[in-house]
Amino acid sequence: MKLLTLNFLTCAVKSCKSTSASFPLHPKDCELVSDTLKSDPKLLFNILPRLDWSALSTTASELGFPGLPPSAPTKEELEANEKLFHDLHTLLLETHISEGSLVCANCGHSYKIKEGIANFLLPNHLV
Amino acid sequence: MEYMIRFTQSHETFRLAEIEALAVFEGIKLEVISYSLDSPFCLVKLPSEEAAIRLVRRSILAKSVYEVWGKASTYEGLFDSIRAESQHLWPLYETCSFKFSVDTFQGSRTPAEQRNLIERFGFLPFEGPIKMKGFDQEFCILEEWVHDSAAFGIQDPQSVCLARYLGSSARDIIAKYDLKKRKYISTTSMDAELSLVTANITLAGPGKLFYDPFVGTGSFSVACAHFGALAFGSDIDGRNIRGKGKVNILANFDQYGLMPQFGDSFVADLTNTPLRAARLFDGILCDPPYGVREGLKVLGSRDPTKGREVVYLNGKAHHTEEDYIPPKRPYSFLAMLDDILDFATFSLVDNGRLSFWMPTANDENQEIQVPQHPCLEITSICTQTFNRWSRRLITYRRIPDSEVPAEAIREQRAKEQGISADDLNPFRKGYFKGFKLNGK
Repeated sequence: MKLLTLNFLTCAVKSCKSTSASFPLHPKDCELVSDTLKSDPKLLFNILPRLDWSALSTTASELGFPGLPPSAPTKEELEANEKLFHDLHTLLLETHISEGSLVCANCGHSYKIKEGIANFLLPNHLV
Repeated sequence: MEYMIRFTQSHETFRLAEIEALAVFEGIKLEVISYSLDSPFCLVKLPSEEAAIRLVRRSILAKSVYEVWGKASTYEGLFDSIRAESQHLWPLYETCSFKFSVDTFQGSRTPAEQRNLIERFGFLPFEGPIKMKGFDQEFCILEEWVHDSAAFGIQDPQSVCLARYLGSSARDIIAKYDLKKRKYISTTSMDAELSLVTANITLAGPGKLFYDPFVGTGSFSVACAHFGALAFGSDIDGRNIRGKGKVNILANFDQYGLMPQFGDSFVADLTNTPLRAARLFDGILCDPPYGVREGLKVLGSRDPTKGREVVYLNGKAHHTEEDYIPPKRPYSFLAMLDDILDFATFSLVDNGRLSFWMPTANDENQEIQVPQHPCLEITSICTQTFNRWSRRLITYRRIPDSEVPAEAIREQRAKEQGISADDLNPFRKGYFKGFKLNGK
């Protein structure tokens, strides 16, 4: 699962959704894999306004990536900053979690990731 | 200027929806002058030749586009029409190499007849060489005959047109994405042609984020990825997502060289979605399970009073075990459609599109109504008809909040009562009863 996707996901438990603790989910015992993909400025600029920047910063620091700027860059800033563009491309699109789990800080439920596929199906008592 | 779009004479109700979507995608002002479901020739007004080529290049249901030089119901009328409408264009093509071709719909012309027809255009002052290959320009005589003309002994076409070829569509990619040659498919994979049409109608394109909440084997994801979108998908059935060994959705992306377009796939239930409520996607498209070939299920227990507590087996919480499979219950197809509309409303960007397939009985008494939502405007409804039932592709545009009428409060559908699949799904019930009316 890509770290971009992680930024789009929260806990699937309905009562968790209204709490701030349920997002972002926290990676636990995760194996990271990195692909090499051609970067696409159009895609990254389109993704930019849809990111939750503070959640992305949390994820990056939890996984040991270098710190991100304190606030999201504008499209123009990202266009001018080649290093940040490259770093974001690597972080969001090239890095993915192959094994591990994602934990909700509100309910404590843990979602397993196996072979890069996360499972968000809930046991009956959480539906 | 008038242009002629030459459609394929199949999937008729999808053709104009696709071209209109492409006009929106390309930002081209399209005015349809004449169009009929019975004819493959569609006359349109477009701002330029360049726009005409751009409009059609991604189309699946168009074959090609032409610049119209003249049209009439007889050849004599056509020659007059060409002199009146396009004489100013003749000097541009005086010296280039060229070819003439004949495109006959519902009729046939032998090669000798075709040659005779072409000779009749000898009045055009073309001095350049005639080439069958590598020509600069192609002029096409487009003939339309009435249906079954041979049986009625009709000797002449009902309309004729001379047009200059401008560009062709993307129809040849249907063969590339043919399911027979695809690594990972299942019984419910959508065929390549309709998947690509769906992606076009939903405005898939470079840099856009697309999502299919019933991804299955990823037919739509591959189609969206082909057009350059980053494709996300989820499914409640983990077996679909994981596939078998190395045969899975990712293998399909790899097969077609679309790896950079693979967003992600994960296991999830739309009624308990893990996606956060934010405007994340440019397009959502899906073919939700109708509950006929594959059951429509969501998370939960059939008996709502059961399973409220954690189950422990040998001192361990059962749901934390590797082999745990969460219970699922049958769900109403109509409720699922409402859920899809609600989900699209909070997940689509402004003017983003939702497309989904839904079945209905052909008998109007058993027809399933098209669901509506105040934040979603229906842009097209296309129908593929089978013997006793049809499936429709319904497409909506997410209206910006500022344009949603304040008084439009949605009528909540009364919750379907019942716990069995038949009680919850009128289409399934009708299907297995052969869509017979009560008492007949």
